[in-house]
Amino acid sequence: MEMSDIIFYIIAFVIIAGGVLAVTSRKIFRSAVFLLISLLGIASLYFFIDFEFIAAVQIVVYVGGIVVLLIFSIFLTHGSGADMPRPAPLRMVFSLLSVALGYALAMLFIREEVFVPSTLPAASLEVSSIGAQMLSTTEHGFVLPFELVSMLLLASMIGCIVIAIKIKLPPHPIVNDADEDAADHSLNQPLQTN
Amino acid sequence: MGHIGLLHFLTISCALFFIGVYGFLTRRNLITMLMSIELILNSVNLNFVAFNKFLFPHKLDGLFFTLFIITIAAAEAAVAIAIIINLYRNFRSIDVEDADNLKY
Repeated sequence: MEMSDIIFYIIAFVIIAGGVLAVTSRKIFRSAVFLLISLLGIASLYFFIDFEFIAAVQIVVYVGGIVVLLIFSIFLTHGSGADMPRPAPLRMVFSLLSVALGYALAMLFIREEVFVPSTLPAASLEVSSIGAQMLSTTEHGFVLPFELVSMLLLASMIGCIVIAIKIKLPPHPIVNDADEDAADHSLNQPLQTN
Repeated sequence: MGHIGLLHFLTISCALFFIGVYGFLTRRNLITMLMSIELILNSVNLNFVAFNKFLFPHKLDGLFFTLFIITIAAAEAAVAIAIIINLYRNFRSIDVEDADNLKY
């Protein structure tokens, strides 16, 4: 067994263990940290097969962006570090069963398929060639999806602000729980009389 | 690169995908469900990069797909967290079972 194989198996173990702990840990903050470890493992797999640019993007966007956003929202919505309730046993059993069967089926397909490795010379993976192809308007250019994605990012940014903004109306203060129950009651009333 | 081939990468990404599916099925908390979705998206990214590396090294298509998936995942996570925070304001909880106003 070569050194690179050992490194690969260590990375694989980190990814899988991080993923399993992220979906089974009952403390939500620990869950987020295990997700971070798993995402870092995937970034190191990208380094392992020499896709340095994707690895850097993975670290910047996922570790620096999404996980930090998740941790912020955990702090905003979970006052105390209380344990999450355990999932219902029946749901856990059936989820495990379906996941195991799905994994077995997918692995069966993967093992039966014959993949022909390419012998063609590898394309340049430098950032300059990636950038040139991304913004090229010729046949294999990606300028249209690039522009579409920039529009999507702008739209989602505005959408996030509109959804999360808190509008205070002075004459009608934000409904508290009691008002909400009353509103529920008045909503249910016509249904019952009809 | 030793004996590490496409099959190893596909095994890892397959396992990661189904770990994410398991989390999505068992968790009832919106933030942890979002984490499961991130795991699923990452397994897909790993698949794209591995296929690009081992089967089509003369092209960069898998790399570009991965880049765009990462971008869209970031946008999706931001919108989802905005919705989660809005939901928390209205229900004081982010459990999916608590938001049942449209159920009856």
